[in-house]
Amino acid sequence: MSAFFTALGGLGDELAAHVLLSASAIGLGLAIALPLAIWASRSEHVARLTLGFASLVQTIPALALLALFFPVLLSLRAVFGPGLPTLGFLPALLALTLYALLPILRNAVTAQTNLDPGVLEAADGMGMSGWQKLRLVEIPLTAPYVMAGLRTASVWTIGAATLSTTIGQKSLGDPIFAGLQTQNWVLVLAGCFGSAALALVADGLLALIERGFDRRNRVMWLGGMAAVLLGVAAAVVAHFGIGLGHNDEKRVVIGAKSYSEQYILARLMGQQLEKAGFKVSYREGLGSAVVHSAVTTNAIDVYVDYTGTLWTNQLKRKRNPGRDAMYRQIVNWEHDTTGTEVLGKLGFENAYAFAMRTDQAKRMGVRSLADLTRVAPRLTLGADIEFFERPEWFAVRNAYDLRFARKRSFTTTFMYDALQSVEANVIAAYTSDGRIAADHLRVLSDPKNAFPSYDAIILLSPKASRNAKIVAALKPLLGKIDVEKMRKANYSVDRETDKRTPAQAAKTLAKEIGL
Amino acid sequence: MRETISPELEFQSVKKRFGATTAVAEVTKTIARGEFVALVGTSGSGKSTLLKMINRLVEPSSGDILFEGENVTQLPLAQLRRRIGYVFQGIGLFPHMTIGENIALGPRLAGESMGEDKIGEMLELVDLSPDMRKRMPPELSGGQRQRVGVARALATNPQLLLMDEPFGALDPITRDALGDRVRSLHDELGITTIMVTHDMAEALLLADRVLVMQAGRIEADCAPRELLHGAGGDFAQELVAVPRAQSERLAELKQ
Repeated sequence: MSAFFTALGGLGDELAAHVLLSASAIGLGLAIALPLAIWASRSEHVARLTLGFASLVQTIPALALLALFFPVLLSLRAVFGPGLPTLGFLPALLALTLYALLPILRNAVTAQTNLDPGVLEAADGMGMSGWQKLRLVEIPLTAPYVMAGLRTASVWTIGAATLSTTIGQKSLGDPIFAGLQTQNWVLVLAGCFGSAALALVADGLLALIERGFDRRNRVMWLGGMAAVLLGVAAAVVAHFGIGLGHNDEKRVVIGAKSYSEQYILARLMGQQLEKAGFKVSYREGLGSAVVHSAVTTNAIDVYVDYTGTLWTNQLKRKRNPGRDAMYRQIVNWEHDTTGTEVLGKLGFENAYAFAMRTDQAKRMGVRSLADLTRVAPRLTLGADIEFFERPEWFAVRNAYDLRFARKRSFTTTFMYDALQSVEANVIAAYTSDGRIAADHLRVLSDPKNAFPSYDAIILLSPKASRNAKIVAALKPLLGKIDVEKMRKANYSVDRETDKRTPAQAAKTLAKEIGL
Repeated sequence: MRETISPELEFQSVKKRFGATTAVAEVTKTIARGEFVALVGTSGSGKSTLLKMINRLVEPSSGDILFEGENVTQLPLAQLRRRIGYVFQGIGLFPHMTIGENIALGPRLAGESMGEDKIGEMLELVDLSPDMRKRMPPELSGGQRQRVGVARALATNPQLLLMDEPFGALDPITRDALGDRVRSLHDELGITTIMVTHDMAEALLLADRVLVMQAGRIEADCAPRELLHGAGGDFAQELVAVPRAQSERLAELKQ
């Protein structure tokens, strides 16, 4: 229980960022939706068009909508210049604003169309101008409905804002995503509790304002508004107050994908950079596709990726030329086409490898992928969310003619659990994962070299690669981390008991490699 | 033609079409200051459309309407409507304002504030207690609400009062009492009143002059006494026959 409160207490920054993001999105949504609703009330055509658009937006999953703004903003750099942020606050704000539109717009338009026609006729008959009618009649009569829409929008936005973690915006989603990946349920709970409590408080205050309007009780609605403004103001102070005095030129932004190894390596690099006098901030939980674009566009300065991933995702190559040739070609390709510099290899590989429970593998007599061909039709293959869309899967499937009875996708954490509970018989595991050894899994050999190699490499953004101090601070990590050390560090974060945070694991790892 | 001092309202070849249907077909009429005119006809005869063209809730397709010699389309809309009181079946009290605020709204739109005393007087004009001004519209009965509707329409001291089926939704007793009240206010205030109704009895009892409309045309223009003596043509007499037959049957029952 005390761990929960400690985790909750550590979420001040995330809460402030979450409040700012949600409030900005709801405010902007309101500023767009209300004039649109008024316009829609004057023209049926506009009403159909705006409501149709808002409903369409709502059908896009929030996670996808957030991710879609990255390429959109990237292409807009052609217009607004390279200074346009493509990750973080701006895309999150835009996506959440679109999301907030529908409930506000729909309620406002519905309220307008359901206004008593007699009241409108009376307003016209009295000689009210359009503006007077709006101010004296339409706004006061639709306000309760608009408030109800605003409440719905607020609850949705505050919930969806947790997903902005995936595009590099700090929010209460950070502990949720980090906790999910590292099996730190206390962290997940703290994030969920924080965002749920925030949504309830916002809803309660807006309900107070709504009731104040309804009962024409000035104290009530002014009080509610004051409380909302006070909360947002506190978040502004907390957010920007902390940032005061920071020299942003010396701030290095470290990116990480959404699993333990990435969190640990991000902290390891961060600790090295802090020792060299840099301020660092982390953009964790980024999607595979987003993180590479982020480094090439200087949205982040540095992150760790893997040769095989870049080979298929970025270079779009299919044939495996062998470990060293692949590395050299990637270094040249990044340098020539994206301006991103590969600093070097960390020393270990985090490759895909099929793994089975040893008892099952023994019983079926499976040692290699070639042995799997025969028994696969009776088995379920579990893998991470992206694996079945990746070229590696097609390569290995074709090389060994694998036809599984079922394929199931899991988050990394649950994939290992699924193997233990026999919801999957074979999983596409990662070779640097500590759970392979801990769970005594059998890793199947790959006699045809169907899986490419996955050397972990440090990538520096074009801007960061020109900074000699950054290069000097990170160089000592190269070639120092063998797969055993990485597995140990990963396991210390992933295991069920005596868990370490990624930062603690990074410190231990630094000590082991003599830094 | 009745004796007139000066024309309050002139319709000059006024027509209104909605798409392919003709609601009002070429009406030319003069209404004198101080007259109480009833516009009677069946549903769809064009009587409401003709009324609403006066305060431009409906714009004519062709023709002109002169209000005190001025073409209504030339007058600023807000100014025109504030000189014309408007009462209609839907009443349209603003539900978020008190009765007092509803009554004072017309003057307020014209930039004048209306004191509590004046609001009280307006309420008394329509036989309501001045204390009523603090109540909200949903707390009132239908009859009380329409009384407030009349008080609100009179609050800007209009010269002309337009009423579109004003008592259509009220119970018979309220309807009768409010009709009488409106008629005596008309006389006291010296205003001109045009009332649309489908109830010939109401028209005969309240108005000085009855215009009977059918299919967009004015078929008859008579005083109530003239109509009761058989003037106005077949259609007008069909309408008069209804209340006449009723009163005859009632008289028989009494014997």
